[in-house]
Amino acid sequence: MAEALKVPTMAEYMAEGKKPEVLFWVGCAGSFDDRAKKITKAFVKLLHEAGVDFAVLGTEESCTGDPAKRAGNEFLFQMQAATNIEVLNGYEIEKVVTACPHCFNTIKNEYPALGGNYEVMHHTQFLKALLNEGKLKVEGGKFKGKRITFHDPCYLGRANGEYEAPRDLLRKLEVELVEMRKCKSNGLCCGAGGGQMFKEPEPGNKDVNIERTEQAMEVKPEVIAAGCPFCNTMMTDGVKGKDKEDSVAVMDVAELIANAHDL
Amino acid sequence: MQIIAQVLFLIALVVGIGFFIRNIRRLLRNIKLGKEVDRNDNKGERFAKMARIAFGQSKMVKKPVSGLLHVIVYVGFIIINIEVLEIIIDGLFGTHRVLSFMGGFYDILIASFEVLALLVLIGVIVFWIRRNILNIYRFLSRELKGWPKNDANYILYFEMVLMVLFLVMNATDYQLQLNGAPHYTSEAGITGSFPISQFLLPIFEGMSTATLIIIERAAWWLHILGILFFLNYLYYSKHLHILLAFPNVYFSKLQPQGEMNNLQSVTDEVKLMMDPDADPFAAPAEEEEGTEPDKFGASDVFDLNQVQLLNSYTCTECGRCTAECPANQTGKKLSPRKIMMDTRDRLEEVGEIINTKGKYEDNGKQLLDDFILREELWACTTCNACVEACPVGIDPLSIILDMRRYLVMEESAAPNELAIAMTNIENNGAPWPYNQQDRLNWAKEN
Repeated sequence: MAEALKVPTMAEYMAEGKKPEVLFWVGCAGSFDDRAKKITKAFVKLLHEAGVDFAVLGTEESCTGDPAKRAGNEFLFQMQAATNIEVLNGYEIEKVVTACPHCFNTIKNEYPALGGNYEVMHHTQFLKALLNEGKLKVEGGKFKGKRITFHDPCYLGRANGEYEAPRDLLRKLEVELVEMRKCKSNGLCCGAGGGQMFKEPEPGNKDVNIERTEQAMEVKPEVIAAGCPFCNTMMTDGVKGKDKEDSVAVMDVAELIANAHDL
Repeated sequence: MQIIAQVLFLIALVVGIGFFIRNIRRLLRNIKLGKEVDRNDNKGERFAKMARIAFGQSKMVKKPVSGLLHVIVYVGFIIINIEVLEIIIDGLFGTHRVLSFMGGFYDILIASFEVLALLVLIGVIVFWIRRNILNIYRFLSRELKGWPKNDANYILYFEMVLMVLFLVMNATDYQLQLNGAPHYTSEAGITGSFPISQFLLPIFEGMSTATLIIIERAAWWLHILGILFFLNYLYYSKHLHILLAFPNVYFSKLQPQGEMNNLQSVTDEVKLMMDPDADPFAAPAEEEEGTEPDKFGASDVFDLNQVQLLNSYTCTECGRCTAECPANQTGKKLSPRKIMMDTRDRLEEVGEIINTKGKYEDNGKQLLDDFILREELWACTTCNACVEACPVGIDPLSIILDMRRYLVMEESAAPNELAIAMTNIENNGAPWPYNQQDRLNWAKEN
């Protein structure tokens, strides 16, 4: 893979006087976190594969303010929101797709009241739509028959009621989809939400990601599928904590699809 | 003699209902200490949600055992209240089973009350066993120690006694009718049908009519006085949910659970900051002078909104929220149920001060620190599991968030690592210390 990925920016599109059909909102984790960057790249490959006309904001993107808001810093959140909305509206963005459920929830639900109205999709919803439109082919592949469990991200599942898009994609890969005891609306958090990602947990007898990893291990998966860069980190740490990193992989749904077809 | 009984009954009824109205007025007064919030939109959707979740118990049955038992007690409670209506009429006018003119339908009614009474009795006994003998996680939390545990048991004992009294009343009434006792016997034959209490007849068969009347009257009086007492016990107990579950679900949030409200006071500030025409030296508008600026977030019950306060009164401490809470499950101090109980206890404390002094006078306490600890607030992952679990639409997360807002925006008291993440967001647009100019570097890396 010597060839660099082609990732057009909104500024480039603007310079050419064009508008992409969708903005890919990468998010902080997707931009900076080494593990999450792999998810970002996998998703970009899928976008190219499906021939989607997309662009990113690149250096003009900034944190949505989700961790600040949920940590109680409404002021910082609204400052971030105001700046981002100005950029998004400046480019006349209509449709946004993101691989981060936190960015997804914030832009979709909390930006409209502040003047930012866009159609916002989580990448699993977007990929499913591409599939339905026949632009992307997902059939079997490397993971066919593998035992995979999906960990629902709180901000995709409970927060926004989307449980099926990621599962539908996994079914298309013809994997053996197994559900944890706590799944969908009863799913247990990975422990990263509400700003917890950036701080040490309060005193207790266990870390939340360990508890969740144990629940995942109960169904003996070969892969734990995730749909959120933070869940991914938490579950990866959990699996390492159980010394299972050689037998259990933690992968984003987009990575699974891209890898299944050796993209 | 009869007229004295009727007058006594009227007095009991007026006192019981009068006291209840006084309590409800206090409850409403306390709720109105909170901030106004507009939840009068989408009336149709709200009614539908109330019908489904409160009336239809749709979330209760997600836990099948306790859910089914609860449905039985709930249906029993509603249906048996028709019988209370008859008791009230009989009590006021000295009649005997006044609704019996309905004939066969009346028999069906009484029979169904009896069956329900037995089912309720069984349900309540199972509830007692679950609470006191089985080690169920959500009934073992530290916030249930003392009064909350006793309160829950008192309610169960009360319901057991009420159901037993109801069946004894029917059994003795039936026996009196069989004995042909005057006032009890009707020319049309036996009024009522007694599929359950007939099995109690062997206890009463040999008794004299006079003894039977004493037992029947005693059961009748204790049953109705018990109900009036129970009505007034509600306000002092967790049991208010039988009334408040309905408005509570009606006023609950309709937006996606992940959507958290944007503070208007902050929006105004941000707009002002971003407005290039804003005059930084402008004097405050006249009407604003002397009024205190809006506090950011909540440190006491006055800073919460009225729906949050209604939530606190509605909570029946079932603990489904706490059982689902990731922080609680992993041994942290946070328990969403405790957040609701603390809010209610503080609100009651404030209400008690108003009751005695006419208005609230600072008693040196507040919701934050004196009731809810910072350690609890910072353990929340905002995952919404508690909100999803609540069978009556309570939102503990909104209180946690409002209190975090107070800590961060009024006290700058975020945990250090969070403060660093926030500084990073402010300075370089990401919670980590990476330069915004490097945001697209991933595209060039292989």
